[in-house]
Amino acid sequence: MSMWQRISLIFRSKANKALDRAEDPRETLDYSYQRQLDLLAQVRRGVADVATSRKRVELQINQLQVQSDKLQGQAEQAITVQREDLAREALTRKSGLTSQITDLKTQQAQLQGEEEKLTLAQQRLSAKVEAFRTRKETIKATYTAAEAQSKINEAMSGIGEEMGDVGMAIQRAEDKTAQMQARASAIDELIASGALDDMTQIGGHDDISRELEAMSSQSDVESELARLKSAQHGGAIEGSSSAGALGSGTSGQPMQAGAEETPVQQPEEGRA
Amino acid sequence: MIVRILGEGQYDVADDALARLNSIDNDLGAAVESGDEAAFAAALTALHDGVRAAGTAHAPDSLDESDVILPPSGASIDEVRELLGDDGLIPG
Repeated sequence: MSMWQRISLIFRSKANKALDRAEDPRETLDYSYQRQLDLLAQVRRGVADVATSRKRVELQINQLQVQSDKLQGQAEQAITVQREDLAREALTRKSGLTSQITDLKTQQAQLQGEEEKLTLAQQRLSAKVEAFRTRKETIKATYTAAEAQSKINEAMSGIGEEMGDVGMAIQRAEDKTAQMQARASAIDELIASGALDDMTQIGGHDDISRELEAMSSQSDVESELARLKSAQHGGAIEGSSSAGALGSGTSGQPMQAGAEETPVQQPEEGRA
Repeated sequence: MIVRILGEGQYDVADDALARLNSIDNDLGAAVESGDEAAFAAALTALHDGVRAAGTAHAPDSLDESDVILPPSGASIDEVRELLGDDGLIPG
C-alpha cells in the first residue's frame, strides 16, 4: 500500500473512532455538531493564543532595539571624543543584542505563520460545520432512524477528517508556541533582572554612559572655562581701548579664574 | 481524486497527474523506511507542489472524504511515523 493511502487509512480510522455513536443515529448528528462547535471555539482560542505570543515577541524586539540603538549612539559619541575602547565595548554589547533580535525576528515570523495557518483552518472548519448543520437538519427531517444511518456516516466521515486535521493543526501550533514562550520568558527575565539595563540604562548608570558623561562634563567645563576666559579677555580688550595701561594688569585674571575652576573639575572626575 | 494536505485543505486532482504523484509518493515511502530525512523533505515538498499545481481547491463547504491524505508541510519523518502508528509498519 502506498504511503498516502496508509496515512489516509490510519487517519480516517482514528477520526471515526473519535466520533462516538449514539443509539439513535440522529442523536449522533447533534452530538457531533456540538463537538464541532467546541472545536471551532478551541481553534479560535488557538489563534488568539498564538497572536498573544507573537505580540509579546514583538514587544521584546522593540525593547532590545531601543537598547541596541542606544549602544550605537554611545559608540558614535565615544568615537567623537576619541575613545575607541569605549566605542568597541559599546559595539560588542550591541552585537550581542543584534543576535538576540535576529533570533526573535525568526520566532516572530514562525508565530505569524502559525497564526495564518490556524486562521485558515478556522475558516475551513467553519465552512464545513455550517455545511454539516444544514445536512444534519435535512437528514433529521427526511429520514427515519433506520434510513438515516448511511447518510449520517457520509456526513460524519467528511467532517471527522476535517476535525482531525484541525485538531492536529491546533496541537502543532500549541507545541511551537509553548517552545517559544519558554524562550520569551527567559528574555523577559533577562530584561527584568536588569542585566540588559545595566549596559545601557538611561541616566548614566552603566559604565559606558558614565565615562562618556564624565568626559562630556569635563569638556563642558573646559568649554565653559574657555568662554569665561574669552569673555574676560574681551572685556579686558574693551577696557584696554579706553585705558591701555590696565590691559596688561588684567591679563592675569583669566588665568586666575582658570585656576579656580580646576578644582571644580576634580569632583567630576572623582564621580566617574 | 480528492487529496488532503494536512494543515492546508483538500484538492481535486485530475487522474492524469496521478501516475507522476504516485511515483513521488513511492520515493516518500522509501525515505520514511530508510529514515533519510533529506530525501523525505525533498519528496514531501515535490508531492505538495505537484498536488497544488495539478489540483484545484475542493469546495470548502463539501463534506466529502479525501481519497488520500498527505502529511503537513514541514513534517519530519518522526511525525509521519506517528501518523502511521508508533512503528510505522502497517500491514497493507
